[in-house]
Amino acid sequence: MSLKIDNLHVSIGEKPIVRGLTLEIQPGEVHAIMGVNGSGKSTLAKAIAGHPDYTITSGTVTMDGEDILGWESDERSRKGLFLAFQYPNEIPGVSNANFIRAAVQARLGEGEELDAVEYYERLYSKMDELGIPREFTARSVNEGFSGGEKKRNEILQMMMVTPKYGVMDETDSGLDIDALKVVAAGVNAQRGPNLGLLLITHYQRLLNYIEPDFVHVMVDGHIVQSGGKELALQLEDKGYDQFREPSPALVS
Amino acid sequence: METDKAQIDIDRSAGDFSYPMNYEFDAGTGLTEATVDYISGVKEEPEWIRDFRRQALRTFFKKPMPTNWASRDLENIIFNDIRYYLSSGTKPKRSWDDVSPEMKQTFERLGIPEQERKFLAGVEAQFDSEAAYSNIKKVAADQGVIFVGSTEGLKEHPEIFRKWFGKVIPVGDNKFSALNAAVFSGGSFIYVPPGVKVKHPLQAYFRINAESFGQFERTLIIADEGAEVTYMEGCTAPKFETATLHSAVVELVALKGAKIQYITVQNWSNNVFNLVTKRGLAHEDAEIKWIDCNIGSRLTMKYPGVVMKGRRARGEVISIALANDGQHQDTGAKMVHAADDTTSNVVSKSISVGTGRATYRGLVHVPKHLKGCKNNTECDALLINPHSRTDTYPAISVRGNRHAMQHEASVSQVSAEQIFYMMSRGLTESQAMSLSVNGFVNDLVRQFPMEYSVELKRLIELQMEGSVG
Repeated sequence: MSLKIDNLHVSIGEKPIVRGLTLEIQPGEVHAIMGVNGSGKSTLAKAIAGHPDYTITSGTVTMDGEDILGWESDERSRKGLFLAFQYPNEIPGVSNANFIRAAVQARLGEGEELDAVEYYERLYSKMDELGIPREFTARSVNEGFSGGEKKRNEILQMMMVTPKYGVMDETDSGLDIDALKVVAAGVNAQRGPNLGLLLITHYQRLLNYIEPDFVHVMVDGHIVQSGGKELALQLEDKGYDQFREPSPALVS
Repeated sequence: METDKAQIDIDRSAGDFSYPMNYEFDAGTGLTEATVDYISGVKEEPEWIRDFRRQALRTFFKKPMPTNWASRDLENIIFNDIRYYLSSGTKPKRSWDDVSPEMKQTFERLGIPEQERKFLAGVEAQFDSEAAYSNIKKVAADQGVIFVGSTEGLKEHPEIFRKWFGKVIPVGDNKFSALNAAVFSGGSFIYVPPGVKVKHPLQAYFRINAESFGQFERTLIIADEGAEVTYMEGCTAPKFETATLHSAVVELVALKGAKIQYITVQNWSNNVFNLVTKRGLAHEDAEIKWIDCNIGSRLTMKYPGVVMKGRRARGEVISIALANDGQHQDTGAKMVHAADDTTSNVVSKSISVGTGRATYRGLVHVPKHLKGCKNNTECDALLINPHSRTDTYPAISVRGNRHAMQHEASVSQVSAEQIFYMMSRGLTESQAMSLSVNGFVNDLVRQFPMEYSVELKRLIELQMEGSVG
């Protein structure tokens, strides 16, 4: 049982972005990938989730032994993969309650109808955990939301669809410290033996609140070093330069 | 993301069926004065109507097709191949038990008797040329509300009927209003007495059953001073290979302080030419609101209008159009301000799917001598596929400087990123698409009575199902 990424290569158009990345996440584990902008972190996240603009040129991604690369993104989601977006999209005219309901309903078998009362009870209790006011249910998905509200909404959706593996793409970006604490508390509440998490972040700050089991440093599309949470602190201290291969242009 | 996978198999199973019929009255194929006389004869109409029809027929022949501004697809209507009158009698039944089994079965399949029981104050169910059933609930009838077919209206209530018939929309308004005037049959006549507020909606359902047929209902609604009424119409037809023509004329009269709300959910099969003229006359402090929703048909041309004749009259058109492959929804609104302090509002949303085309034509007219008139027009178009098309032709003629006019238009496309976002939550591509389309029209759908908004959402979902591969 694991989300296993093996020697993955991803291109956008003709341009290779992720270049030979290998990583395995077991249920119950929290991994953090750290890297500067342009290191390929977000590309990795979107490729795993099945964004059609990202081409897998080689390598495999399996979830609990099943190859997921042949599946559309909706199937990956229903089978237990969740991507929390860095920039969640707006869906004008569709209320949050209806959107999340559709996502939960999508996981039920054919002919099975979601019980509305149970659904709302669960939704409200998760919203309370995240400090989201009730009026939120009637607002259009992410429309006019602050950065913090959008990220909270991502976590709420993750809580509601109970994935096996969650990939969180720069969930900390755009959050002030209070919002960050709330979001982190929400994520921590979900930690447990049934959920494997991959946090993607630029900054160490998030890891003060969500403590990872493993930290990986990503440079130029692959992992250059892995270690425990102390690696994040080391990065904070010395920066990413220590891992960067010298640029051939500069050497010559 | 690639959304250009169109080529669609639309589920129209709800309306796509027909039972074989033996019609007692059949005007045959083609259109001459004899056709018009035949219809008048079957209906045993008074002489003035017979003359009205003959004159209208001459006007129809004289008027050119409006292809100088409208779709050339109109040229594919072969008037001589169409059957203009088919019925099994001119007297609608008051009880479903008396309706012929074929017709009853048809309407039951469409859910009409059930809706009637649940939430309607009265129903008229038209089958080809004549109403098969027409009934109003006792509570409304006791208040003096008249709800009958047009034929019955002109015979039984000539004093009201004749006063307003053809007055809001003159025969020669356009080629198709003239055609309707010549061969009209069916449709509703409604009169609501002063001060009476009809609590539940009255509904008409128009069903085309026969092939190569033309349906020409004529509806006249009069709300007397301070009266209020909501009228809803639905329509379906089985899908035939040949073209079918539906050309209605609807006239509304809202006297002082009256309110009329007219709701249409048009779901003709896509071999139907739907060419309809709808206009209301709003007197002082009166309000007329058209809620117009076009999902079906091959070509729809319809621009509901309000002539605001009295001070402080209000006119509103809320319209939703969905043009799928091979469909052209040419819709809009006409707002004619003819008194001071009149207000009009037009909100139009269209969705073009596949090769579908949505056109908005809006006319706002304010003459120079008036003051204090207001118009707000919003028209938004949503394009689903790269080949989808939308056009907007606003015509605003405002004279004088004592008015407030506002016009906003937007065209947007369902973004691939938005679809990916929804799919990453487990929704299929077509679920994602239909959710975002429903979101686009949501603020308008909310204005529909609940039963209709549910139906409308379902129709949109069906339409979107095949729009992505």
